[in-house]
Parts: sequence; C-alpha cells; structure tokens
Amino acid sequence: MPSKAYSGQNASWGLKIAAFAGLLFLHMPILIIFLYTLTPDETTYTFPLPGITFKWFGITLQRVDFWRAVTLSLQVAAIATVAALILGTLAAAAVYRSKFFGREAVSFLLVLPIALPGIVTGIALRTAIGSFDIDFSFWTIIIGHATFCVVVVYNNVLARFRRMQGSLIEASMDLGANSFQTFRYVVFPNIATALLAGGMLAFALSFDEVIVTTFTAGQQTTLPIWIFSQLSRPRDRPVTNVAAMFVMLITFLPIFFAQRISASSSDTDGETK
Amino acid sequence: MFQRISTYLYLRPKLVLWLLLGPPMLYMFVVYLGSLFNLLIYSFYSLEPFSGTIVREFTLSTFARTLEPANLEIFTRTTLMAAAVTAVDALIAFPLAYYIARFASPRLKTWLIIGVTMPLWSSYLVRVYAWKLILAKEGILSWFINLLGLQGVLDWILSNESIGGSSLALSPLGMFIVFAYIWLPYMIIPIQTALERVPHSLVEASSDLGAKPLQTFGTVILPLAFPGVVAGSIFTFSLTLGDFIIPLSLGNSKLFVGQAVYSYQGTAGDIPLAAAMTMGPVVIMIVYLLIARRLGAFDAL
Amino acid sequence: MTNQSLPAIKFDKVSRHFGEVRAVDEADLEIRDGEFFSMLGPSGSGKTTCLRMIAGFDRPTSGHIFLYGQDVSNLPPYERDVNTVFQDYALFPHMTVAENIAYGLMVKNIAKPERVKRVDEMLELVQLSGFGGRKPSQLSGGQRQRVALARALVNHPKVLLLDEPLGALDLKLRQQMQVELKAIQKRVGITFIFVTHDQEEALTMSDRIALFNKGKIEQIGAPSEIYEHPASIFVANFVGTSNLVSGEVAKRITGADITFSVRPEKIHLGSVAENPPSDSYTTDGIVRDVVYLGLYTRYQVELDGGGDLVVVEQNLKTTSMDVLKIKDQRVRLYWNKEHISKMGA
Repeated sequence: MPSKAYSGQNASWGLKIAAFAGLLFLHMPILIIFLYTLTPDETTYTFPLPGITFKWFGITLQRVDFWRAVTLSLQVAAIATVAALILGTLAAAAVYRSKFFGREAVSFLLVLPIALPGIVTGIALRTAIGSFDIDFSFWTIIIGHATFCVVVVYNNVLARFRRMQGSLIEASMDLGANSFQTFRYVVFPNIATALLAGGMLAFALSFDEVIVTTFTAGQQTTLPIWIFSQLSRPRDRPVTNVAAMFVMLITFLPIFFAQRISASSSDTDGETK
Repeated sequence: MFQRISTYLYLRPKLVLWLLLGPPMLYMFVVYLGSLFNLLIYSFYSLEPFSGTIVREFTLSTFARTLEPANLEIFTRTTLMAAAVTAVDALIAFPLAYYIARFASPRLKTWLIIGVTMPLWSSYLVRVYAWKLILAKEGILSWFINLLGLQGVLDWILSNESIGGSSLALSPLGMFIVFAYIWLPYMIIPIQTALERVPHSLVEASSDLGAKPLQTFGTVILPLAFPGVVAGSIFTFSLTLGDFIIPLSLGNSKLFVGQAVYSYQGTAGDIPLAAAMTMGPVVIMIVYLLIARRLGAFDAL
Repeated sequence: MTNQSLPAIKFDKVSRHFGEVRAVDEADLEIRDGEFFSMLGPSGSGKTTCLRMIAGFDRPTSGHIFLYGQDVSNLPPYERDVNTVFQDYALFPHMTVAENIAYGLMVKNIAKPERVKRVDEMLELVQLSGFGGRKPSQLSGGQRQRVALARALVNHPKVLLLDEPLGALDLKLRQQMQVELKAIQKRVGITFIFVTHDQEEALTMSDRIALFNKGKIEQIGAPSEIYEHPASIFVANFVGTSNLVSGEVAKRITGADITFSVRPEKIHLGSVAENPPSDSYTTDGIVRDVVYLGLYTRYQVELDGGGDLVVVEQNLKTTSMDVLKIKDQRVRLYWNKEHISKMGA
C-alpha cells in the first residue's frame, strides 16, 4: 500500500548517504559488542582485538550470579507482562467501546509513565513504598514494571480495535451469540496478534528496564542491574560483554517478531478493504 | 447462565464500562498517581541535617535549596545538554525520516521502519555499554582517529575543560554522543509520521507553481513537518533531562539532574531534596509540553 | 410458526434521542408479515436508527417495539429472531465463507451435519456453491454481499433487516442484485425490511415504503401511492421530481387557494391551438429551455402570469432536431385534474 507521501522518485545521492549513515549510526554499536565478546583482552577495550577466543561464553555460562539475574529478570518480565496484558486490554476495550467523558485522560494517564523521565517514576514509587513501610522485593519490582508496560499493550490492542470493522461485534450478536461467545469467537481471534505483539514488547521492555528497577528493587539483582553494576565498577569485562550480547538477543527476538506480526496483520487488513 | 449474565450486562453499558475501566484506572490512580502525589508532598518536607531524619512539616526550605548555586548549575548544565542533544538529533533524524517517507519503496520502507524502531525497544543499557567500548581510550574510535592522524585534534578537544576529560569515555562530549545516539529513534519516528502526512500532490502543486526543489522543501515540506520535529523533541528533551545512567557511566564529577537526584536519595538519604529536584524536570517538561501543544506537535505524536 | 394475523413489526410511539438530537421522534409503524418493506429517507432522517432498534443494537428512549406481538424493546440482539445484512457486510475476516454462514448455527449448538447441510443449501440459494472454503478477502464485493445475505438467512429469521446493502456496488451489479434480492425474498417468504436513501431502489423493490424525514415518518404507502399522491412537499421532492405550485399561480390554474404538486411527465405540452379536455387544468407559457436526454426531453416553461413548470415528454416520434425547434415558442400545458396532489393549505 503506497503511502500518499510516497513520491516514487529516486532520492538524491546526498540524501541517500545521509539516510543510511543515520541508520548505520543506530545499529553499528550493537555489532561492536558482538565483536568484543571474542576478545582475549581481560582488562581493557583494545581495538583492533589482540586475538580471538570463545572461552568467555563458557565462563559466563558458569557464573551463578549471572544465571540468578537472568532467572529473576525472566520471572519479573513474565509476571509484569501478564499484568500489563490484563490491565491494558481492559483499558483499551473500555476506551474503544464507549465515548465517555475523559477517554483522552485515560490515554494520557497510561502514557505518563513512559513520557515522564524514568527517574520520576522510580523515585516516586520508592518514596511511596518506603513511606508505607513495605519491604522492597520481587513484587515491588513488578509493581514498578507494570506501570509502564500497560501502555504498550493498551496502544497495540486499541489500535487493533480501531482497525477492526465496528459492525463485526454487532454482526456476531445479531447472529445469536451472547457477549461471551462474541468475545471468544470474534473479538479474541481479531485481537490475538495484537495481544501477542503488545505482550512481547511489554516483555522486552520489562526485561531490559534499569532506571525504575534500581529504585524499586531491594537486594534483588535483575539482569540489567547486574550489568549496570559491572558498568560503573568494571570488573570482569569479558563476562559483561557476553551478558550484554545475551540481553540483546533475548530482547531482539520478541521485538522482531512483534514488529513482523504488526506488519503482516496490517497487510492482510489492507486486502480485506 | 452465561446468557443471563451477558444479557444483564448488555442492558447496562455503564456498568460494563466501569468493570472494564476499574482495574486499570484503580492501579494507575492508586499506585502511579498516588506515588507521584506522595513525592510532591515529600518535596515540601525537609531533612533534619544533624540526625538525618525527615521532618514531616510543610516548608519551602527544601525548594529553596534546589535554587542554591550548585543546584542551579546542575539544572543549567542538564538543560543545555538536553537542548544540544535535541538539536543534533533533529539534524541527523531529518534526512532518514525524509528518505523513509518520500523515497523508500513500500517494501524497503517496512524494513527501514523496523530498523529504526528496533533500537527503541532493545536494551538501553546494552547500547550505553556498547558506547563505553567504542569511546574507551584504547577503543575503536580512538583507533580510527589515530588512523586518520587526528590524534592531536582529539587531545585538543579533550583538553577543553567544559566538554573534555581524561578520555572520550569520561567526558561531557562522550555523554553528548551517547545521548544523541540513544534518543535518536524517538526523533525519527514523529518526523517521519509528520512527513507521511504531507501529500505528494502538495509537493507537485508547489513545483507546478514554479518553486525549485529547495524552495518547495523550505516553504512547503519543512513547515508541515515542523510539528513532528517538536513532537520528537519532547522525547529527546525529557529523556535527557531525567537520565542518570549515562552521566553515571560516562560523566565526570560535574553532576546532572538525574544523577543528583539519584545520589541525594541514595547515599545522602535526603528524600525531600531528591523529590524537590525531580520537580525541576517535571516543571520544565510541563512548560515544554504546553509550548509543544501550541505548535501542534500533539497531532504528530 | 409466525402468526399471520399479527404485524411482523409494530412501533408504538417509538422515540430515540441522542442528547438533544431526536433521531427518531414518536414513530408509529406497522410492517406486515411477508412484505418487502423499505425505509426511505435522506441520511440522518432516522431510518437507520429505526433499523438498529429493530435489530437490538440500540434501544428506544421511549415507546415499544413488537415483533409478532412480543415486546422486544429491551431484548439484546441475540435474543431476537431478527437478522441483519450490514452495509459493510461485516463478514468475519478470520473465518471462511462456510464458517461465516454457519456462525449463527454454531453459537446455537446445532449439530455439525445439520450445519453443513444448511450451509450448502444457502450457498446454492445465493449461487456461491463451491466458495465455502474461501476467505471473505478473496471475494468480490457482490460475492461478499451474497455471503452476508446467506449468513443471515440460514438462521430462518422472522424478519430480515438490510441496511443499504447495495450501497457499495456499482450500478450494473446493483440492478442485478435488486432483482435477485426480490426473487430470494419471494422464495423464502420472510419479511424484509430494507433501508435505503435511493428512491429508485425503494420504488423498484418494495411492497410498501415508509418515508423518513428528520426523525418522523412522513408517509407510508405502496410505491405507486407515494409517487402519485405524495402527502407532503418533502415526499413530492424526495421521490422523483415534482412541480410544486402554490400562491397566485396555483389560484390562477385551479381557482382555489391551495398548494399542489404535479409530476412533469403527467403534463401534456401542445400548441396554443389545442383544446384541452374538460377534466383538465390548463395554462399557457413560453418554452425557455429544452434539454434532450435521449429517451425523453425536458422542457422548462415560463408561465404567462409568472412561475414555471418542468415538463417531460418521451421522444416517441420526435428527434433532437424537432424538440429543439420548440424553444422560445408559446405552448399550452394541460393535465388531468386527478394528477395533482394537494399539499394542504
């Protein structure tokens, strides 16, 4: 589906070079981490690499603290994602089905946690948790993550609702299906990929979050916090390199699939119109 | 059974609305807005300097402390950094956004958009870390500069006190590069969205009326894309203001707002001062958002 | 089975207000069992709101709706024996054609063999046998329309509602579907309620028509009745074209102080030498404009005492050369007295 802004012409060489230089700038640094996982150099970041070794992969995989951090992050992300899926879908359904006073306010409220600097959310939650004498724990991390994951699911699901033909729900009820049957047979199949895409993005967002987490975690070390501690106090650098690559890959896959899902489902939408 | 519940609910759309809206709003109001409000209250408390306990009485003295020269300097430094990052990001983002919106074929465009949005979602921390590798004294950038024989120029820049430091990895200049890199996608996407809304027929109309390509760009495309630039700047500005990871990882002893807040509440245990300091970025952002709305940036979000 | 003596649909002082807007205002209506009934009117006249209230998507602010004597005003759509063909068809994009048609049977837990049998019957009825496995996105507009029809009819509803179902089709297909729809209705014998803003479509297909304007029903009647005896200025203007005559001009022609309408094709245009029959109204004038339209010619005649009338005559023997000669000639117009409709005061 060509956009209306699309000119179909060829860009000038200057523009092409500037555009692809911008794209390169965005992606090159990530590849450099992959390169550095192979360095035999333990204390500095010498380039060109003095040689090539694969030993750090083995060493990292044997680190108990690394695995503990990975496990914790996966658990946190999974639970935060489930919470975000429930809350985000409910909010999207409410905003979609009725024109009530203040639906703009709902969107605004949900976007706020990612629009305001993370440190504001972080310190606000920490102060609140502290003033209620609640212990910082696994669950306080999740409470923090859920606040900013909800909006991702909300946006995805609401966008899908808006693309869905409004009369589908009416048609289903007209044909004799009650509200629950309509949800099961019509609404859910139509928003399923949006839930999947939103859920994956929420998962990636939570898995990677560090700013809010530093404020809402107690003794728990999520993977980003573990990396952050390596960053400011550079001990065993090669292990950090491998861990960083690991994080990249684990967030890359869900994001990539989420993007593909959104792209392909909007393609098929185009066909039915 | 289900049929009955369904009918009961169908005839009461308001009840359904509350059932749907209740859980998310309750969560956001109680947990999120409640915390923000609590933080606001704390900014009016003060810290008893000798015992280190929080005095829960209304006072403006904590806010007065945020206006002390040392803190004002932090605000100025951070705001200048945010402004510089925003300006440079707009410059880098525009050609790419322009290319995606106007010249990329539909297939290439899908991939370019994925290429731009991927870093937005992928690990922030790891991308900061990548720059630590690149900017390190013995790292890839120094190697490259050496290769070009520009070592002298780099040393000269780093010797400049306001932007330099012992190496690029520990200097305001390095921080600036990393900030610009990290927030770049936030600038590209709104500009591209705004450019998508400029119909090609408008460009044709302009050239049909005798405008040269550059004139068309300056008089038609740029003004129409400007709300997108403003929308993007909301993100780059706000995110730079509140970040503390990058200053902690790459900065020197000169603090930034986020970093100051982090250390006040952490090591110093002065939650009221930290709370009052965060109100700085919040106020700056609210003013910024108000201006942005007048410039029509919200439509481009 | 449905009780023949009861009206299929009965509106008892039904109103639907959206805030200040009275979309439907105290409408009374009876639709007979087995008839093809059209709701005609411009957009925003309340016809679609009426349809949505019959379907159950909307509920009356006041008044009652009866379906074969049963008050359904507050029943949800899935508890009414009424089905709808939507304007945008509303086919479920994730299901095949057969699954779409079987949907109503599935949610009512009808056994699979029975479902398959009835779906096949329906596919045959709408001439889509062999298309069951396709997805709606693989069908043309006309085919989608047939699937939407089959999906509604398979449930044997007491009343079938059609919301501008032909609106998205091109002219040829539209005319073909008009004939087909009418034939299907005859075959299944179900009451059809057809919403449209196209007067020609309503006149062609309906047994009776209700004309909607600003939330009120202006007139209900058979197409010929509505066409020949419009009850109001609105109806006269909305259905076909009409000459509206009032004031001095009307007085001069009829001798009475009335407003009336007369259809352009009912007026005979002749030379001033002609002697009209005694049971006709007559007036003279000058032809100011002639538009040759192939099948017929449209004349605009300026009357002697002011005002003008539009006259349409079929080109049975005349050619374009003949009719154009009449321009600026004096003519005599006359028409049978029965062909005027008085509009009240």
